[in-house]
Amino acid sequence: MVKPRTLYEKIWDAHVVERRPDGTCLIYIDRHLVHEVTSPQAFEGLRLAGRKVRRPDLTLAVPDHNLPTTPRRDAAGNRIPISDPQSAQQLAALERNAPEFGVRLIGDADPEQGIVHVVGPEQGFTLPGTTLVCGDSHTSSHGALGALAFGIGTSEVEHVLATQTLLLKQSKTMAVVVDGELAPGVTPKDVALAICGAIGTAGGTGHVMEYRGSVFRDMSIEGRLTVANMSIEAGARSGLFAPDDKTLAYLKGRPMAPAGADWDAAVAYWKTLVTDDGATFDKTVVIDAADIVPTVTWGTSPEDVVPITGVVPDPGSFEDASKQDAVRKSLDYMGLTAGQRMQDVAIEHIFIGSCTNSRIEDLRAAAALLKGRHVASGIKHAMVVPGSGLVKAQAEAEGLDRIFLDAGFEWREPGCSACLGMNPDKVPAGERCASTSNRNFMGRQGPGARTHLVSPAMAAAAAITGRLTDVRELMTTQKGMVA
Amino acid sequence: MDKLTTVEGRAYPFGMKNVDTDIVIPAHWLKTISRSGLGQGAFEVLRKQPGNVFDDPAYAGSPILIAGDNFGCGSSREHAAWALADLGIKVVIAPSFSDIFSGNAFKNGILTVVLPQDAVDRLMEVAKTDPIHVDLEAQSVTTPFQDRFHFEIDPFRKQCLLGGLDEIGLTLGEADVIDSYEARQAQERPWIVPSAAPAVA
Repeated sequence: MVKPRTLYEKIWDAHVVERRPDGTCLIYIDRHLVHEVTSPQAFEGLRLAGRKVRRPDLTLAVPDHNLPTTPRRDAAGNRIPISDPQSAQQLAALERNAPEFGVRLIGDADPEQGIVHVVGPEQGFTLPGTTLVCGDSHTSSHGALGALAFGIGTSEVEHVLATQTLLLKQSKTMAVVVDGELAPGVTPKDVALAICGAIGTAGGTGHVMEYRGSVFRDMSIEGRLTVANMSIEAGARSGLFAPDDKTLAYLKGRPMAPAGADWDAAVAYWKTLVTDDGATFDKTVVIDAADIVPTVTWGTSPEDVVPITGVVPDPGSFEDASKQDAVRKSLDYMGLTAGQRMQDVAIEHIFIGSCTNSRIEDLRAAAALLKGRHVASGIKHAMVVPGSGLVKAQAEAEGLDRIFLDAGFEWREPGCSACLGMNPDKVPAGERCASTSNRNFMGRQGPGARTHLVSPAMAAAAAITGRLTDVRELMTTQKGMVA
Repeated sequence: MDKLTTVEGRAYPFGMKNVDTDIVIPAHWLKTISRSGLGQGAFEVLRKQPGNVFDDPAYAGSPILIAGDNFGCGSSREHAAWALADLGIKVVIAPSFSDIFSGNAFKNGILTVVLPQDAVDRLMEVAKTDPIHVDLEAQSVTTPFQDRFHFEIDPFRKQCLLGGLDEIGLTLGEADVIDSYEARQAQERPWIVPSAAPAVA
C-alpha cells in the first residue's frame, strides 16, 4: 500500500527532477511570474553569462511594484512619463528584457495589467498542482488554487529563468485548521490576522501550511487568496488549499487555463490533489472560528493583533524581556499608549488595495458599507487601488467606482501602490493609515508611516468614522446614518 | 561567488529579534537595477537612532553580524543580502533565520550560522570588546576566551560556499535530467503548457 501523503508531499513528489544523497532535490518549476523590481539583476546575470531563458512559455512578466497608480496614457494614447527616473528605469528594463528573452509581457497600460498575484489566478496562469514561483514573498497567494507557490530571491529568479528548476530541501508540513462558522463582519482577512497572532511571524518558518477545516472549505477563492497571501506573514513560504469544485469553477474558461480535452485531463489529475486519510502533519494549529472577531494590528509586526473591541497592550504583559522591549519600540513608533482603546485611534489615511485585498469581492465588501455614506472630515486621503485592470473594469461595470468616488475616495489604476513605499503612493511620516495590505512594518508605507492592518470592510468603517471602528456597529446602523 | 573559508573580525552586536527585510533595506532602495551600492541604505531607519551599532566606529567594517531570532523575515528582496554584502558582512549569526533570507544570503556568499540563544548571548558580550572567529570547514565559532560553538550547515551549501561555486552553472551541467523530466511531463501532464497567450496588445 502506498504511504498516505499530504497535498504538499504529492505536489513535491511530482516535481522532483533529481534527488541528491543529502536529501536536496532539484525541483521543476511549472510557472514563473516576473515583475520589474526583482528581475533586472537576474536578466543581467543571464546576459553576462550568455544564457537564455529555458522555458519562456512558462514565464509571464507583469510590472506592478513601482508603477504610479495615476493614469499611464494621455488622451492620445501616449505614455505619461514616470517622474521618478529610477522607477522609469526599472520599468524600461522589464520592457527590454521580456522581448529580448522571449518572455510574454503584460504591459503597464494593457487592460490585464495588475499586481502579479492578482493577474496570475485571473488569467488562469496559476493552476492546481503546479509549482509556481515569483521574486516576491506574497507568491504564497497562489496556494489558494492548490499551487505550491513561494517567493524567491533574485538569484533564484535567475536560476529558474536559466534552468526552470530550483534546488530545494523538502519543507515540514503544518495543518492550520479552522472549523465552525465565521460571524457576520468577520472576513478572510480577520482569519489571516488571527493566524498570525496565534502562531507569530516565525510560527510557520520551515513549513508549508495546508488550510483545512470548514471555514476554508466554505471560503470563496478570493477569500482563500487573501488567506494564502498572508501565509508568509506567519513565516510559511507557502500555504495550500486543496483544489475543489470552487477552484474548478473559478478556473474554467480563463485565458491561459487548459481547455477541451486538456481541461478534462487536468481536472482528473487535480481531483487526486487532496491530503490522504492517515497522512500526518509535522505541526497542527487549531483555531475555533467562533473565536475570530474583526481584527486590527496595533504594532509593527503582523503578529501584533488585537480584536477591534480591545485595547493597546501593555509591554509588561509580555513574558519575554526582548519582546517587551520590541513592544515598547513599536508603541513609540506607532504613537500609541498601553490601555488605549483601539476604537479611539483616529485615522488619517485609508488604503484599500494590495495583493491581499484588491479583488472584486474586497471592493464589493467595502462599497457595500460606503454606499450612501462619506469619509469623515478627519480623513486626509482615502483611495481604492483595484488589483488589476480587469478588477477595475468589473467594479466600474457594477458601479462601485461611483460609490467610492461619491464617498470621497480616489479611484486609481492597478498596482502595488501604498502597500510598500516604492511608488508615489505613500503615507506621510507620523500619520496613520487603516490599510488592507499585509505588512505593518516600520516604514513600510513610507518613512515614519503608521499602519493598521484591517479587512476591506473595516477600512471602509474607519473611513466613515475617522477612527478604527468595529464594522459590526455600522452593519447594524441604518443605512445612511453614520455612527 | 567569492570563496568563504574562515572569517575573523569584529562583529556588530545587534541582537534585535524579528528584523524584517524592510528594516535591512527599505523599499525605496529597491529601484536599482544593479547589485552593488546598497550598503548605504542598510538599516537606514535604525541608523537614524543615536547610539546604533552600525554607526559606532568600534564596529566599522565588521565582517560579522550577530542578530536575534527570525532574522530576515518578511519580503523576499535579495537586496537585503546585497546590502549586507555591500557593508562587508560575510557571516550572520542568529538563533533562527527566515527561510527566504537564508537562501538569499547563501547565494551571495554570506554564511548564516544558527546557534542557540545562550551561545548568541555570549557572542553578543564578546563582540563588544573582542573579535570572533568563524571556521566554515570546522563548522565552529570561537572567541579569544576559549568559547567554541559548533554549528550545523547543509552539506551542499557548505561545499558551494567553500568552493565559491556557481549554482546555475552546476545545474545547467545536469540539463539531461531536466530534459528527461520535461519529456515525461509532456506525456503525463500535457496541459501544463499554457493553452493561450493572454489577450494583450
